Amino acid sequence: MALNAVKTSLQLPDLSRVPAVDEVGVNERVARFQTRSIKTASKVEALKLILSMIDLTTLEGQDTPGKVRQMCQKAIHLHDALPDLPHVAAVCVYPTMVHVAKDALKGHNINIASVATAFPSGMSTLSVKLDDTRMAVDAGATEIDMVISRGKFLSGDYRYVFDEIVAVKEACGDVHLKVILETGELGTLDRVRRASVLAMYAGADFIKTSTGKIQPAATMQVTLVMLQAISDFYRETGKMVGMKPAGGISTAKLAVHYLVMLRETLGNAWMTPEWFRFGASTLANDVLMQLMKQSTGVYQSADYFSKD
Amino acid sequence: MATPENKLAFDGGWEYDPAPESTDHVNIKKRYGLFINGEFVAPEKGKYFDTVNPATEEKICRVAEGTEADIDKAVKAAREAYQTSWGRMKPAERGKYIYRIARIMQERAREFSVIESLDGGKPIRESRDVDIPLAAAHFFYYAGWADKLEYAFPGRKAKSLGVAGQVIPWNFPLLMAAWKIAPAIACGNTVVLKPAETTPLTALKLAEVIADAGLPPGVVNIVTGAGAAGAAVVQHPDVDKVAFTGSTNVGRSIQKALAGTNKKYTLELGGKAANIIFADAAIDQAVEGIVNGIFFNQGHVCCAGSRLLVQESVADEVIAKLKDRMETLIVGDPLDKNTDIGAINSLMQLEKVQSYLKIGKAEGAEMHQSSCRVPKKGYWCRPTIFTGVSQSNRVVQEEIFGPVLAIQTFRREDEAIIKANNTPYGLSGGVWTDKGSKIFKMTQDMRAGVVWANTFNKFDPTSPFGGYKESGVGREGGLHGLDAYVKLGA
Repeated sequence: MALNAVKTSLQLPDLSRVPAVDEVGVNERVARFQTRSIKTASKVEALKLILSMIDLTTLEGQDTPGKVRQMCQKAIHLHDALPDLPHVAAVCVYPTMVHVAKDALKGHNINIASVATAFPSGMSTLSVKLDDTRMAVDAGATEIDMVISRGKFLSGDYRYVFDEIVAVKEACGDVHLKVILETGELGTLDRVRRASVLAMYAGADFIKTSTGKIQPAATMQVTLVMLQAISDFYRETGKMVGMKPAGGISTAKLAVHYLVMLRETLGNAWMTPEWFRFGASTLANDVLMQLMKQSTGVYQSADYFSKD
Repeated sequence: MATPENKLAFDGGWEYDPAPESTDHVNIKKRYGLFINGEFVAPEKGKYFDTVNPATEEKICRVAEGTEADIDKAVKAAREAYQTSWGRMKPAERGKYIYRIARIMQERAREFSVIESLDGGKPIRESRDVDIPLAAAHFFYYAGWADKLEYAFPGRKAKSLGVAGQVIPWNFPLLMAAWKIAPAIACGNTVVLKPAETTPLTALKLAEVIADAGLPPGVVNIVTGAGAAGAAVVQHPDVDKVAFTGSTNVGRSIQKALAGTNKKYTLELGGKAANIIFADAAIDQAVEGIVNGIFFNQGHVCCAGSRLLVQESVADEVIAKLKDRMETLIVGDPLDKNTDIGAINSLMQLEKVQSYLKIGKAEGAEMHQSSCRVPKKGYWCRPTIFTGVSQSNRVVQEEIFGPVLAIQTFRREDEAIIKANNTPYGLSGGVWTDKGSKIFKMTQDMRAGVVWANTFNKFDPTSPFGGYKESGVGREGGLHGLDAYVKLGA
């Protein structure tokens, strides 16, 4: 299918009208979120909320059905020693592993996210990307994490990037689409903001920072800029878009800073797994360790938490 | 899912539990005397006054009320120290003492922060992250100049003046003490300092630091009291230099009192800074700059960005975002680490701010305040903005010195300049634009001592600070700040 054959009422916005971003100011604002002191009951509430927002992820060439099944068990049983724990929001796997995850999560209300569109580089043709997407959807993925064509974006071919997202969204049907900007390759916060606006106007349900394969992955700085773009989009269109920072968030403390940032930027409506996710593989255990500390007063060794 | 009018909602849901800074480590005496000639002494007339925590209206302790006789004693001690020890000391030795003050302040930073917040009502986040570190930085900076004055004034011989009489305000009690004392003693002068009546405690703790640092007696004398004590410092015939920070009215009377004398003086007075936001600015960061400009330290800042000039094409957007941001500001217990806006410094100041809220509404402006809760006891003012105001309104012309912002719009650059300069003040200003050339054009045309570009309320010991017009005379800070404390010979 040729790009120009995509029938859509969606319009590529004028990206030159996207507000500038001042990096120094962003750094200052982020530093201020980090001075918030979250204690006692509000900390426990935050930690549980974080667990419920995690997309438990394995995206490696060495992934096997066995590995994916084990991770799915972790998704269901985060830490049975602690009562009243939520389960994670989703597991995130490659398309070929979706059926395994579906099987393993049967009867549980946990989403199956699949990366698609020639993840992580996105260096392929549209038809391959669409097939990749359909394969994941057909296998039972309830969420698709696509990557944008960063090369096209950097060369200024915004139309191509826009139409590609529109086409993938169409291939997704009712399945939720998360659009990965791979901010580590975009280079400046100005471009992060523009790419966010482009993705949202193209129909993204979520915008996501990174694949986790490029450094830097998620930072509070890029996440803030994306949250502010979501705020503007909501103001203009009335449509809520979700946010997923992914990669590099491995401690509970940092995740709490993200929640503070979310709360003070978008407000309470976004403080649910429906609108905010953490893409992470090791975050859950640190959060669990902190929760145990809150209930027992002492830290346990990492060996008391399952590593699936 | 969309809330009405696509507005964001910041109330309810997950909230932060109280996170109070502990006060166990703080040592405040029940009663403080005057620090004269290296020791705390009782005031001649035996009178003391209460210093009050503005967040609780509770008495913290009693502080000596200095009178003319005490000031005279302090000036004599300072003169004696100037003639016998400090004025004759090798400059490098003076520098060592000042470095020592800076280091001890850093070591006791936590105690200083808590006391500053207790006594003045400012949030611990600011006293901990701004006031105390900057005060120590000023001592470090001027300590370095003590033995390098010949490089500060190449080809000239810089001589000390003698005794400096210094009167400081209540908005940055310790920081203002540092701004005054550090350059004065670095240049070889001795000091009589009068802290503000409502916030004497950190200056008295500084007196303890100065004693612990082993400075010769009389080099720094700290005399607490009311306005009369300040007047006595300024008018004392044996004072060679007067440094004052405070209101324009008092500054004017000081200038009158000094007319015809040989005293050098610097005056840092009021302000009504314009914070100018262009359509091409980084809007979200500019909104943050507005917040830092006017709500920093409850707006008790002489260089506060109390007038917002925003380009018409983005005015609605900026105001909507500002209102959202105001909803996330936490007003309350100054000792809570999450507090953004603390208590108004005194009942008197609260009444002044409230009178301006009435004036603004009576002038027909639209007033908006954040919806946050404030404690029952104590002196509080929610962050406030006035829209629909113009240059002829009193809330635009006069310094309110509280968390109150007057918002005007403009269409063209020249219009912004005219409005920005159209005030009796000229202390500071701000410009927000993504276009570098516009920054230079605007900052050249704005008549203000300090102009920030794409930021606001940034201070550094190396940077001079001072005003045009009714905002004052002279500069403090940086190399320029030395000039006020020396006479230059060939």
